[in-house]
Amino acid sequence: MLEKILLLLSLSLSVAEGLCKPGVGEAYKVRFSIKTALGDQAYPWNKNEMFLFRAALAFAMRDFTNGEEFGVSDIHPCNETQRVSFWFVVTRPKTMDLVDKGTVEMAIKKSRNRINGAFLLTDKTLEFDGIYPTLAAPVSPDTPPWLIVFGVVMGAVSVGIIALLVYPLVQRKLKKNMDADDEDSDEETGVKTAENGANDGIYNSTFSDDERFTQM
Amino acid sequence: QRKASPGYPLIQERPKWDNKAQYLLTCIGFAVGIGNVWRFPYLCQIYGGGAFLIPYLIALVFEGLPLLFLELAVGQRLRKGSVGVWKTINPVIGGVGIACLIVSFLVGVFYNTILAWVLWYFFHSFQEPLPWSTCPLNESRIDYNLECKKSTPVNYFWYRETLNITPDIEISGSVEWGMVICLASAWCIVYICFIKGIDSVGKAVYVTSTFPYLVLTIFLIRALTLPGATDGLLYLFTPDWQTLTNPRVWLDAATQIFFSLSVAFGGLISFSSYNEEKNNCERDAVLVGVINSATSIYASIPIFSILGFKATTAFNACKDENILALTNYFEFSDQNITLQNYDYWYEYLNTTYPEKFQSLSLRECDLQKLLKQSVSGTGLAFIVFTEAVISMPGSQVWAVLFFVMLFSLGLSSMFGNIEGVLAPLNELKLLPRWMPKELISAVICLISFLVALLFTLSSGNYWVEVFNGYVGSVPLLIIALFEIIGVIYFRGMKTFSDDIYIMTGRRPNIFWKACWMVISPLLLLVVFVAYVIVQAQTRPTYQAWNPDYEKFPETEEKLYPDWVFAIIILLCVVPVISIPLVALYQLLRGRFRKSSVGMELNPYDNDAFVTDTQEQKTQRA
Repeated sequence: MLEKILLLLSLSLSVAEGLCKPGVGEAYKVRFSIKTALGDQAYPWNKNEMFLFRAALAFAMRDFTNGEEFGVSDIHPCNETQRVSFWFVVTRPKTMDLVDKGTVEMAIKKSRNRINGAFLLTDKTLEFDGIYPTLAAPVSPDTPPWLIVFGVVMGAVSVGIIALLVYPLVQRKLKKNMDADDEDSDEETGVKTAENGANDGIYNSTFSDDERFTQM
Repeated sequence: QRKASPGYPLIQERPKWDNKAQYLLTCIGFAVGIGNVWRFPYLCQIYGGGAFLIPYLIALVFEGLPLLFLELAVGQRLRKGSVGVWKTINPVIGGVGIACLIVSFLVGVFYNTILAWVLWYFFHSFQEPLPWSTCPLNESRIDYNLECKKSTPVNYFWYRETLNITPDIEISGSVEWGMVICLASAWCIVYICFIKGIDSVGKAVYVTSTFPYLVLTIFLIRALTLPGATDGLLYLFTPDWQTLTNPRVWLDAATQIFFSLSVAFGGLISFSSYNEEKNNCERDAVLVGVINSATSIYASIPIFSILGFKATTAFNACKDENILALTNYFEFSDQNITLQNYDYWYEYLNTTYPEKFQSLSLRECDLQKLLKQSVSGTGLAFIVFTEAVISMPGSQVWAVLFFVMLFSLGLSSMFGNIEGVLAPLNELKLLPRWMPKELISAVICLISFLVALLFTLSSGNYWVEVFNGYVGSVPLLIIALFEIIGVIYFRGMKTFSDDIYIMTGRRPNIFWKACWMVISPLLLLVVFVAYVIVQAQTRPTYQAWNPDYEKFPETEEKLYPDWVFAIIILLCVVPVISIPLVALYQLLRGRFRKSSVGMELNPYDNDAFVTDTQEQKTQRA
């Protein structure tokens, strides 16, 4: 019994290693640029990180296929280099059938952000060779900002023009009213002085009673 | 200002500057324009850096300052605009004023279009991220727009989203409504500053003439702290004395000084005519000329620091690309090859694995080549500078500051152009008396706006280049030549010296006299002839942005079609045709008048008294 199990295990292992061939079939290449992304806080790459990768990818497969129970053992890496790059293939759970490239690609695309997040990396620093990141849609605000600035500037300019054109007209009108008032008051004082002069005249009696003295 | 007193007709007082500072700031603002920022540094770069300063300063002293002094003196003494002064000196050369009017109008029309472009960029600088930093997606949303991918986002934003340019000047395309709005704004801003004539202009220049210096200083400090700034400055100022042997350099220096000082537009004559008569215009002329050149040199320092920064950024980006390619191919550990040890690894890998290395076809990263990419004009402001601004922290602030500075520089130059149109119009008495000056300014701005709608077509940029290259060059040289001849030979050196004695208290010294009588006219004639020869040697071409061109994103060099060539000839000839026409008209009229006077025998004139002749009248004026 034990021998059979051991035989099966070694068979499956060797089959799996045979499955993952770089550049051929359904294999994908992945590259990690940890030092570029994190600088001083870069973590070293070791077997635990590899385990995390396999788990993340298994999660992506489960998520995409809606429940098919992929496990860590269904992700088979090979040809690991110092770069931190390696190839991997995905097999269906409980069988050794390879999952085709297209399905793997769509699964990775769907969960790309989650996989990136698990490693504190970005689309550029965790690179799947051949899977291009979906481009971020450009941000388009409801009111274009330039219209707002234009509105403010032109509003100020229009108000300024109207103010500069209207203000002297208003001033002239006010001045005209004030001038009219001034002229009225001048006339009144002028009339008054004439009256005063007539009133203040000294009655010169030398020539007044001519009839009293001489009557020819 | 009009004063009316009972019994007397309306006396129109000549406008006056509130103080000397307004006058100086207006003249400096007129002279210092966008060209000081985007033309002079370019010339410095292509003509051997520091060595270019020598022909530039010589041209300033022997050509620029005498012309400036001449215009300011003539305006201040005769107290009239550009049509009035030439008519007063001698009616035969009255056409010079009309030529100034036409040139000022045409230059004003295309110059304000450039300001409209600046406004567009200013409005779009308030976004995060800046709209020229990324490419838009194409229709299928899988990839970026193809035209943008092939060139750069900055180029795409300028040529496609701002101008929507056509591949050829013959294809006019349609009117760009965004640009029409910006053009209307630009003309409204010009109008509001000019609404009360020099009363409002005098106040506007306190801001528009001083603000650029503030921004240049801020940029200077920021630019000098950017990485790569010293490379740019070294490249700019390292003198290459060899270039001094090239006559083209001297020609370009003389041409640059001439156009930079904004003489021969008529605006300076008008501005100085609003001065009081006893004002030291010699000192003013020297001050304006020196400040103009100093501003050019001062502006080239931050410009070149920023160009050096941009070249360094591009150089590092190129190296990063190569490092990534090498690391991926040879499967080195990440960050084994860095920017610092790049050169060592490059050599090592090239020698150890030559075939593999060649197969990678890495890009050649050369800092000197990047620094050599010289651009002037709109390319500098809207492509090179905007690209540099993206890489600077706080991009929006720098973009806004830069475009407001460009707008101020251009606006204060526009004041001179508009004055060069309005003052002669008033003097020609073409307009009815009842029109207030606010209405006249509004009509002029409206007409200019309607003409400038030509430049808002998709092919508008090509037309601006046509106007810029031909209206703003040959006619001005001819006008300046006639101005010197008019003053020195029609008015007479002696009378002019007396004028200056009355205004400044001393006669012009031998330097000014030598310049006016011999050196400046000679220099102008040489520049004019050389300019015409150089232009006539080759059929004029223009650079077209054609996405279907095989070498895209390089611009395609195309010949101007014949009808455009005819328009170019018209633009050179029409402004100056008034000079011979008016001269002819006056000569014929003078001959008719002489003959008609001979026919009439005046029974009341017993020749006991000699009537005033024309010369005595002008001498007393």
